[in-house]
Amino acid sequence: MPYVPHTDDDVRRALAAIGVDGVDDLFVDVPAEILDPPLDLPAPMDEVTLLAHLDGLAALDQQAVPTFLGGGVRRHFIPTVTPRLAMQGEFVTAYTPYQAEVAQGVLQSTFEFQTMMSELTGLPIANASMYDGASAVAEAALLAVRQTRRETVAVSRAVHPETREVLQTYLWPLDIDIEVVDLEPSLTTPVPAVGDHVAALIVQDPNHLGYLEDMPAMAAAAHAAGALLIAVVDPLALAVLREPGSYGADVAVGDGQVLGVPMQYGGPAFGFMVVTDALLRQLPGRLVGQTNDADGRRAFVLTLQAREQHIRRSKAKSNICSNHQLAALLATVNMAALGPAGLREMAEGTVRRAHQLAAALRSAGADVAPNERFFAEFVLRTRAEGVTLRRRLAKRGVRAGVPVPEEYGIGSGVTLAATELTTDADIEALLAALHDVGELGVVGTEVVA
Amino acid sequence: MKIPEELRFAASHEWATEPSDGIVTVGITDFAQDQLGDVVFVELPDVGRTLAAGEAAAVVESVKTASDIYAPLAGEVVEVNGALLEAPEAINTDAYGEGWLFRLRVADADAWDGMLDPDAYAAVAEEG
Amino acid sequence: MAELLGEEALRAHPPRLPEVSELDLVRHYTQLAHRQFSIDGNFYPLGSCTMKYNPKLHEDAADRFLDLHPYQDPDHAQGILALLHGLQSDLATITGMDAISLQPAAGAHGELTGILMIRAFHEANGEGAQRRVVICPDGAHGTNPATASMAGYDVVEVPTGPDGEVDIDAFEAALGPDTAAVMLTNPNTLGIFERRILRMSEAAHAVGAQLYYDGANLNAIVGRARPGDMGFDVVHLNLHKTFTTPHGGGGPGTGPVGVKAHLAPYLPVPLVAREGDRYVLDGHRPRSIGRMRSFYGNVGNLVRAYAYIRTLGAEGLRRVSSMAVLNANYLRTKMKDAGFTIAFDRINMHEFVAQPPAGLRTLDIAKALLDHGVHPMTVYFPLIVKEAMMVEPTETESLETLDAYATVLAEVLERAEADPAYLADAPRHTPVRRLDETTAARKPVLRFGFAAD
Repeated sequence: MPYVPHTDDDVRRALAAIGVDGVDDLFVDVPAEILDPPLDLPAPMDEVTLLAHLDGLAALDQQAVPTFLGGGVRRHFIPTVTPRLAMQGEFVTAYTPYQAEVAQGVLQSTFEFQTMMSELTGLPIANASMYDGASAVAEAALLAVRQTRRETVAVSRAVHPETREVLQTYLWPLDIDIEVVDLEPSLTTPVPAVGDHVAALIVQDPNHLGYLEDMPAMAAAAHAAGALLIAVVDPLALAVLREPGSYGADVAVGDGQVLGVPMQYGGPAFGFMVVTDALLRQLPGRLVGQTNDADGRRAFVLTLQAREQHIRRSKAKSNICSNHQLAALLATVNMAALGPAGLREMAEGTVRRAHQLAAALRSAGADVAPNERFFAEFVLRTRAEGVTLRRRLAKRGVRAGVPVPEEYGIGSGVTLAATELTTDADIEALLAALHDVGELGVVGTEVVA
Repeated sequence: MKIPEELRFAASHEWATEPSDGIVTVGITDFAQDQLGDVVFVELPDVGRTLAAGEAAAVVESVKTASDIYAPLAGEVVEVNGALLEAPEAINTDAYGEGWLFRLRVADADAWDGMLDPDAYAAVAEEG
Repeated sequence: MAELLGEEALRAHPPRLPEVSELDLVRHYTQLAHRQFSIDGNFYPLGSCTMKYNPKLHEDAADRFLDLHPYQDPDHAQGILALLHGLQSDLATITGMDAISLQPAAGAHGELTGILMIRAFHEANGEGAQRRVVICPDGAHGTNPATASMAGYDVVEVPTGPDGEVDIDAFEAALGPDTAAVMLTNPNTLGIFERRILRMSEAAHAVGAQLYYDGANLNAIVGRARPGDMGFDVVHLNLHKTFTTPHGGGGPGTGPVGVKAHLAPYLPVPLVAREGDRYVLDGHRPRSIGRMRSFYGNVGNLVRAYAYIRTLGAEGLRRVSSMAVLNANYLRTKMKDAGFTIAFDRINMHEFVAQPPAGLRTLDIAKALLDHGVHPMTVYFPLIVKEAMMVEPTETESLETLDAYATVLAEVLERAEADPAYLADAPRHTPVRRLDETTAARKPVLRFGFAAD
């Protein structure tokens, strides 16, 4: 029996020490009518069989082909050294660092993570990570409501639709209202008039469709009304784009997958939240602080725990118990491996490839949306419906096109993303596939909805 | 365990001074600060807030715990000890002096007599 | 860049990230790993955490599903969807529930999902305004009341009786038409099985409340008893506990929820469903509470849990709980022999609560254990036992390991008796010694400070 070391002698010895006759005597408290029901589970597999079974499943999945998918997850370069270091057994199989003296590995690397996220965002205080970008946005909204004691949040429609759905789920039970700011034809957010009943304005940059927003103006509009600006940001883009601290954001949140976590069909990666000094006491999630030990040595420890559920219980800032430590560690090691130059190179490579792709598509007569201020992703209007097009392209060996939801009112379309890993051959493959399905030479021949 | 004679106490370990012009000063007892350990942060009520007797008014946080502090008498908050925001340790070192939390204009000055006297509180603290 | 993005969009100063050689990088994180206790390196009997062995095989399993994008065409992701569908089915069988969502990212996240579904259920029945209260035992994990607050509820605590089980009279008295839900763990946070669970679930249902099962302690009964059979309406599982997905130093966890049929309409979207001979992501669920997070779940860990369940099968899971309970009771007798008080000196399940001899503090004993290369048990939880030490060895530990732990504990007590300073000065041989947590909280330093700042 795998993973359970007990021999029959062990079991006998243990039972004797305990003073019972059989293992079932230890289950006397369980009502007989519910004990040992038959369980219809598949027969156990040994290692060889299991891996073959998983290989069989994996063979049905499209991997390692030209990929132009974004929507919050992208395939970027991850140096080999990153997973080798982050996935050492001591990091993988450690628990939460409550006994700090024997957990300096986890604690120090988390302190490094907090520092790096603070540097990227330009805000002083980062927590030790959260589940994902979407739930981090929801928690940021709750923070703003606590801080301002107002009961409405305003959010741009260009914030990822799934993020807005999560926001809705978290705010519904507390009767907090959500006002949605609609987009301009440029597919960016107009600077809204923020009412003084609004706790926070939430804007994503680059937005869900890929385009850059006027964040300094957003900050000004929010602050003029006494509201917070919550900036939902792409942490890799921050290697080249102006950082939230520079334009007055109060909270920077987002998803960290692009910083060095494999795509894994959507998780686990991690969310991040970085705030101004004024918001420290409202910040949910774990925090690692620096201190000294009894010998005066610098060391690290979980701190300000009284905000958290295990102490504050029903009055905690959030019910959040864990963080996404191991995923955040992958990002920490990755950022250290790449350094500021490597990260900038990756970001600039992404921008160049995305713009090269857009230009190639325009030349080939595809209906690329006119806005040219995008980071990694942009909109392609299509004849076929987005989901259908995506399937047709997959059949032709290309993973491309996140369907643009109806709420954006552009008709059928997809967003296409490129990264520094995108090659000329990849782009040719996409063009060939698009040509094959009749999506090229569209402009000028037909009115596109 | 210091229990000053001139104060009155609540079973939840708050103390209050005798009303003077309708104003009482409120804090937590020496016993309470000892139980809490090193105080690291204090959340004080807003000036102007009206509190009912027994209503949660403030929070005192130590490294390992956070305790609600309850208004021992009904009244309106007229002053808070802002110095505690920079130096919360005053609650540990001088619970009855520099460690005061807030001042109330009490609705009913006679209610102070109904609080626990030092002997009665000593009994409570011993059980605790 | 300025040409493509506009000068005003660009960052003026680069982020100050480390710039080190690859070898220095490797040394840094290797040395940090060496300053870290882990299951791989040390016995880690943390009560309530289920620190069982994390099979290396699972890493190989997960490696096969790394380069999958959540938005790729589902027809070209049939393998991972089949796996997720299979896991949904396995977890439903194991828990005795009718439907499963794999979406929540952690136990606490699963709790919030479950309580929100209960809220949606009551609102759909026109009882939303009336049912304002969630009942938790006083021994409940802090996430339970915190979750109830996030879901907009008031929390009422019921006491634990002297037998270590919920005080049944207080429990029944607390139930009423204003009760939305009761949140329970079984076995409870003391490691004791709530023998009156069938009576409790009947009583809760009789007032129209829903029953929520916190699955943190499932390792005690997995394969042998099911929360669905106890009357629970919603269940969350901690895959990082019972199903051995790695703790990772604090996460990611994974907290799937299971429901009985009447709550299935409220599950978060999307679910993995089967349509004919295809697997699909079912997002058309009009009464769903919505999404709890982006995409579908912590898939990397879902693959690991799937691998575990397919390795063990039903018989293997039965063996897991049987040996987990055996180990816990064995260690209980050894710790009692070593001089500790057992808070509830009777048959416990997969964990038990002990207390140090009079005059000694749990905190100090924990610090002394660190010098012996073993991790302490959970300390000061649950809050209802003074100087609590909660011990959960799990089924993956041999009796030899448990014997060694008991020997260390006896030695610590002996030395403490002989020399009081021995405990107060511990630990002495760890990479760092006791930390000044007070200053860390009073004057927080939460990031590295560059001299220039």
